[in-house]
Amino acid sequence: MSLSRDLIQRFQQIVGDEGVLYNPEELLVYECDGYVVEKKVPDVVLFPTCQQHVVDIVKTCNEFDVPFLPRGAGTSLAGGTLPVGGGVMITLTRMKQILEVNMRDRYAVVEPGLVNVHLTQHLAGSGYHYAPDPSSQGACTIGGNVATNSGGPHTLKYGVTVNHVLGVEAVLPDGSVVQLGGPVEGSPGYDLTGLFVGSEGTFGIATRVYVRITRDPVAYRTMLGVFETVHDATQAISNIVGAGIVPAALEMMDQGIVEALEAAFHFGFPLDAGAVLLIEVDGLEVAVNEEAQRIVNLCEQSGAREVRKANTAEERQLLWKCRKQAFGAIGRLSPSYCTQDGVVPRTKLPEILEFISESGKRHDIRIVNVFHAGDGNIHPILLFDERDKEQIERVLKSSDEILAKCLELGGSVTGEHGIGVEKIDFMSKLFEPDDLAVMADVRKAFNPMGRCSPQKMLPTAGACGMEHIEKDHPGRRAAM
Amino acid sequence: MEELICESSLVIGTWSLVLDQTMAETATPVGSDIEYGRFLDCVHCGLCTSACPTYLETGNENDSPRGRIYLMRGVVDGRLELNDTVKRHLDLCLDCRSCETACPSGVQYGRLIEPFRVGIQQRDAAAGHDVTRSWFHRFILYGVFPYASRMRWALLPARAMQKLGLQSLFESLGLYKLLPGKLQRMQALLPKLPPVARPLPRTLPAIGEKRARVALFTGCVADAMFGPTNWATARVLQANGCEVVIPENQACCGAIHYHSGAGDPALDFAKQNASAFPIDDVDAVIINVAGCGSMLKDYGHVADELNVTDPAELESLKKFAAKVKDVSEFLVELGPKPPTGSIPLKATYHDACHLVHAQQVRSQPRQLLELVPGLELVPLKESDICCGAAGSYNLTEPEMAARLGDRKIANIESTGARTVITGNAGCSLQLQAKLKEAGHDIWVAHPMDILDLSYRNEQPPV
Repeated sequence: MSLSRDLIQRFQQIVGDEGVLYNPEELLVYECDGYVVEKKVPDVVLFPTCQQHVVDIVKTCNEFDVPFLPRGAGTSLAGGTLPVGGGVMITLTRMKQILEVNMRDRYAVVEPGLVNVHLTQHLAGSGYHYAPDPSSQGACTIGGNVATNSGGPHTLKYGVTVNHVLGVEAVLPDGSVVQLGGPVEGSPGYDLTGLFVGSEGTFGIATRVYVRITRDPVAYRTMLGVFETVHDATQAISNIVGAGIVPAALEMMDQGIVEALEAAFHFGFPLDAGAVLLIEVDGLEVAVNEEAQRIVNLCEQSGAREVRKANTAEERQLLWKCRKQAFGAIGRLSPSYCTQDGVVPRTKLPEILEFISESGKRHDIRIVNVFHAGDGNIHPILLFDERDKEQIERVLKSSDEILAKCLELGGSVTGEHGIGVEKIDFMSKLFEPDDLAVMADVRKAFNPMGRCSPQKMLPTAGACGMEHIEKDHPGRRAAM
Repeated sequence: MEELICESSLVIGTWSLVLDQTMAETATPVGSDIEYGRFLDCVHCGLCTSACPTYLETGNENDSPRGRIYLMRGVVDGRLELNDTVKRHLDLCLDCRSCETACPSGVQYGRLIEPFRVGIQQRDAAAGHDVTRSWFHRFILYGVFPYASRMRWALLPARAMQKLGLQSLFESLGLYKLLPGKLQRMQALLPKLPPVARPLPRTLPAIGEKRARVALFTGCVADAMFGPTNWATARVLQANGCEVVIPENQACCGAIHYHSGAGDPALDFAKQNASAFPIDDVDAVIINVAGCGSMLKDYGHVADELNVTDPAELESLKKFAAKVKDVSEFLVELGPKPPTGSIPLKATYHDACHLVHAQQVRSQPRQLLELVPGLELVPLKESDICCGAAGSYNLTEPEMAARLGDRKIANIESTGARTVITGNAGCSLQLQAKLKEAGHDIWVAHPMDILDLSYRNEQPPV
């Protein structure tokens, strides 16, 4: 598709020359996001700075019958911002204001292009923060978090994005503006906010988000449980959660990851341990000590070799830095890697991890694990050398096998990265045709012409015009 | 239900298929000699984007580190022509290396953009459009800045005018507008010049028990404009038991040349410095200017980049680089003697990019300042986002430099501090100019200025 000169001029009238990219060399960087397996260059990239711009752009797209989609920081790991079939990319990075912070009513109103961590930084010192903390929080936008219903380590206790979005003001695919929900909780009618969050841009474009702000915990305890085997570690996870304790975070790292992290950060991780658990509890000072002790006991009962405590704020920070930058450290193990994102019921963790290990052996691929253990969200990382085509095939086979096993165990093929274009083929395996039909009907209500974020989330016919560049080439993918 | 049928008849392509044959004008695109693996280190996660000052301002992926790596790789792969549009986005890079701090994958962004710039400059030179041959580069950037003595001479008229109060008269009459744009900006950047400092002697003795012998790198622009800070640095080192030697034949670090793509002169300076310093007889080479420090520490890499093959030369450059330490980094390692004089100031600290990102020196200056009695150090929002100075960027890219400068001043204003402390000459000039423009009477000091006052039990000038 190539857009007419006339249309480009219309866009320039809306957002000014500064807000329009149409030179091929400036469009190239927009051909993919954090998911680099598939690529498609948009026909034009626009930078609106206010809601009215978005409305005018969307109406113009309808008038000229061209597809459009929103994009934030482009950190999606599933191709959520891939412009399938080309068209107009509406980049919201210039709409990044914090419009209101209401401490007493505990909400903030922000524009979609605001970087997640900038909200928490803005609130620093006030005793509040924005709870959802995906590992990409330093770069990803609130709008993108809304689209994918992002998670993060601390969502185990605090919930995912949908639990923190009180309302959304959005431009629907026909250009009308609606407000779903708002600062006041518990409005009657359908929970359209809940429907909108996680719709991956297929229901419209959020231009204003009402988010909940959360009180900072008074105290926290951060621990490192050291286990001989992965099996013991997963047993401890089940036991902790089974005992009714809700840690703020509960993360597992296996031997391979620990080895890479130790090389990168010199924390003093035990290199001979089969797995370590990073466990954090928070709350009132009197409560955290007792809870921490219970966790220590449960870990020991599950066969922990030892449970270390982070004694200082610096130690805690370093532990979290290790966890959040784990993927970067993988570069020390292998030239390329592919991260998967799957979910299983917590009690099935030992089973899936065993399966992953077997799958790795079967295909002669080294696989290491670091993941949000508390909610059963696994991230096996398959290591390979992208110059070896045959190895890449084995990686893809093993990946598919692992995801299929997640489904078999009653889980899902994505915990937090979303469906995007990457996992679209799995939707028909995950859902019955009737389930998908209901989803398609709901989408039709919001997006009857299908111009907004076409060919995302739900498998559809006629996905033409998309180039599966390097489809046989998983590339190196960072995650979370 | 028909539309729910999976469609997988997708076109398969590769990077090379997209190659437009007409673009492949030359056999080897710019950047081809950069080790390709360095491009592959980038996993395209995007975590660098919000750490990039230019991306924060424009929100355009082309102005982000990930985007620029993509552009450079596109050129190397033959997918993109290196035209003015592409070059524009690469030129806008401050080379502040903030992205390297943010990157979890360890991408060496500086090792991509710097050789790529050298490549652009070589290509332009071959085509007869050598920017480094422009009057500004030849006479000012390369002709005056790198030479402390010439810089001192060049500043004489300005010094005289400031003394006679002619500067404000010229300003009010608009006479500066008669100067070419870049000189106007240089004039505007000029701080209130300190009196010409006595040159430092060749050696200064340690005070008290001798704990180390160090060589001081005094710089070129900095030496001429920040003489008092060099003295302060030397005195702080003395107070900490260091014998300080100041080698006579030292030269400019070469950063101005290297960062604008002029590799050969940069290498000449590097070699001169490596031979000027008695490297085996000192514990460290001390530098108090972040920009020069990161260049000096990079001599080994630069030599590799510029294909130095002589093993002895390579060895001496690497040996020199290994001994370079920022003064705050060195003092914290040595164990600073606590100063005792009270400095009752409310101050904030701005992280110079080439200290915090390029050298990863973040906590040391703060640790030293916390030792100063009476000094109240308040945190600065976005302290590690570039102020827009970026070497000579504020002269070559005035618009973006001004935007980033305004952003920095707004953040400084909100702290309520009356003093800004920073460890880099370029930042200091930029901050002084922007603060003056905004009508603020805020003192811009180097950490060593503050420590020196405290060791000598003297009071600050404000």
